[in-house]
Amino acid sequence: MVTHWRSFLCSAEDDMETLPVFVRDCSEAQLLNWSCQVAAAERFGVTLAQVEAISLEQHILPARYQRNRNSISVSDQLTLFRSSVAVIGCGGLGGYVVEELARLGVGRIVVIDPDVFEEHNLNRQLFSSPVNLGTAKVEAAEMRIKEINPAVTLVPLQTPFSPENGTDLLAGCQVAVDALDTIKVRIELADVCNSIGIPLVHGAIAGWFGHVTTQFPGDDMLQTIYSAWGSGKGVEGSLGNPSFTPALIASLEVAEVCKLLLGQGTTLRGRQLMIDLLSMEINVINLLYAES
Amino acid sequence: MNVTVKLFASFRTGRFDIETGDYPDGTTVADVADSLNLPHNELGIMMINNRHVKLDRLLADGDTLALFPLLGGG
Repeated sequence: MVTHWRSFLCSAEDDMETLPVFVRDCSEAQLLNWSCQVAAAERFGVTLAQVEAISLEQHILPARYQRNRNSISVSDQLTLFRSSVAVIGCGGLGGYVVEELARLGVGRIVVIDPDVFEEHNLNRQLFSSPVNLGTAKVEAAEMRIKEINPAVTLVPLQTPFSPENGTDLLAGCQVAVDALDTIKVRIELADVCNSIGIPLVHGAIAGWFGHVTTQFPGDDMLQTIYSAWGSGKGVEGSLGNPSFTPALIASLEVAEVCKLLLGQGTTLRGRQLMIDLLSMEINVINLLYAES
Repeated sequence: MNVTVKLFASFRTGRFDIETGDYPDGTTVADVADSLNLPHNELGIMMINNRHVKLDRLLADGDTLALFPLLGGG
């Protein structure tokens, strides 16, 4: 396959050739392999993301996504590529969320987190390692995504989310993912999402336990979930967080994001999925039946 | 009056999953939480007969009260 595009490069000296034609000719069975994608970017002086767009617009699937097929069609893949998702928090939940969104092929991922990695993050936070202790979490995320899917654009924002900057930080995003660790900021994020009219996928963890829901604009799911909250942390303050709980809850969040972006399936709107990994029990509770 | 209490997640540790008990008239959600040594700042979702309620809600004979801990970690 490498000789295929190399010979093509050498023979196609005429300047008449265009990027779409190159991508079409280099593809096989409607798949564009990675070496072709890189060659196209180099030859035409464009980004890998631009090649990905040209490819998908011609219903040619970058080969890295071939196992998405039948779950996610080529036109769905283009929709994901044209999507922007904000991930607020890049720790236990956020690391897995960002990784999965990038591998899924979401074209633009805005990651918001003010923190640097510390030693106590190493048990669960995907982008943390002994060598990057002290490194900004969003910077580590950017490096990781450049490594695993350079066609994806990651926007690192090393700043705390607040009601004051929230609207600007989320600008242009179709969905926000709550991967925060502070209940106060979670509620503020939910309010900002409502004010700008985008859905919020919410996940939270503590020890063996976690929950997920999706708030649509106009709903007040987080107000219901945290109606008893006064101040401080939840039970994670005493239970901590092992490695498997954030990976699971993050995956459920990404599945919700995927459905929201593609307009498919049934989301957790109005419902809260409660997961207990110690008893291996899953409960779904209705968030809409509140007494006034 | 008989009230069935269902506990979830970390609230089960050292307590129970589900138990039906005899409570005096006038018992509130907060009273049940206190009787089980559940700190109020750890209370998340509270439901009576599948409807979300607040701490001061009075229980009635035959009610099922479900208590979930507050989860906020990420």
